[in-house]
Amino acid sequence: MTGLGMHGLSVGDLFALFSHFLMLSLLAVGGAITTAPDMHRYVVGERHWLSDDLFTASVALAQAAPGPNVLFVAVLGFNAAGLAGTAATLLGIMLPSTTLALWATRWSHSRRDTLGVRAFKTGLAPLTLGLLLATGWILADPVRDRPAAIVLIAVTVAVMLKTRLSPLWLVALGAVVGALGWV
Amino acid sequence: MSEPSPALRQPGSLGELFRVFNRLALQGFGGVLAVAQRELVERERWLGRDEFVEILSVAQVLPGPNIVNLSLMIGDRFFGLRGAFTALAGMMLAPLVIVLLLAALYARAAQHPLVSGALRGMGAVSAGLIIATGLKLAVSLKRNEMGLPLSLAIGACTFVMVALMRWPLVGVLAGLGSLGIAAAWWRLRK
Repeated sequence: MTGLGMHGLSVGDLFALFSHFLMLSLLAVGGAITTAPDMHRYVVGERHWLSDDLFTASVALAQAAPGPNVLFVAVLGFNAAGLAGTAATLLGIMLPSTTLALWATRWSHSRRDTLGVRAFKTGLAPLTLGLLLATGWILADPVRDRPAAIVLIAVTVAVMLKTRLSPLWLVALGAVVGALGWV
Repeated sequence: MSEPSPALRQPGSLGELFRVFNRLALQGFGGVLAVAQRELVERERWLGRDEFVEILSVAQVLPGPNIVNLSLMIGDRFFGLRGAFTALAGMMLAPLVIVLLLAALYARAAQHPLVSGALRGMGAVSAGLIIATGLKLAVSLKRNEMGLPLSLAIGACTFVMVALMRWPLVGVLAGLGSLGIAAAWWRLRK
């Protein structure tokens, strides 16, 4: 699973990948990361284009780099099928929502206080939360049987909730602890 | 609400728009939102605080990456469609190149135990960061107009269906999502 090639994915596979991410784009209420569980289900569970480890590593790599969180999608595509995979996943996740955002900017501005918009926000808020926690659970798939990793996750959660420390320090801590072979 | 503060200014050119979005994207480790607020509202003074919050709330209601929607909307406000795509390019291009370089390096070195160990540790931290974000936002459910018990029940059902049962998101959003919106509609109407 290394290098820049398409890792044996056919053009048809790439199109399927692109189509799945097109659909997820419109379901990504609350940010791209809320669709990570479904990306995992499809790419790891159903198609076996990525291993559990590589899925979580992809998200971790993107979080260690600067820029919008959505770039984890580009890394997933890259690890599944090289640059062609990046094009498939990133264009897929961006095209529908970008079109909709441009169209809706003016439309929703005048309607932000209407019942429909408020019901949409209020009703979906708990799902967004459930999806965030589910994403955390699924990212922990490769390490859930390692007690040290559970401690690391717990420390991360506690530091994020109790302090204003930049997440960058925790990512660095994770890298060091992991490189030492402790998790 | 959106009464303009006296000292607001505008980006002078598409080039300036690109540079500012590029600068704030490259500062954003673990998310760009906080940096965007500081740069656009406090440093460049392109938007008042109220305007920023208003744009953000629309960006969050829409599907898709929030910060991408936010860039499009702010670029659109100053230069129309050209501005929208300029801001988006400023936000995405340089970080995309960086993260793909990292991914390519990782692919070469993934077999090395030091590298795979480091990524495993970073993966655990990623899981923790996202769980913490979920827990922080969970506090806002207390103010959800559906009431706390119903909100918690919907959130918990989502977690069970997606994390434990591994059901497809389409079905969960169509079923549970419509239920949530209908319940919110009913409560808000009173």
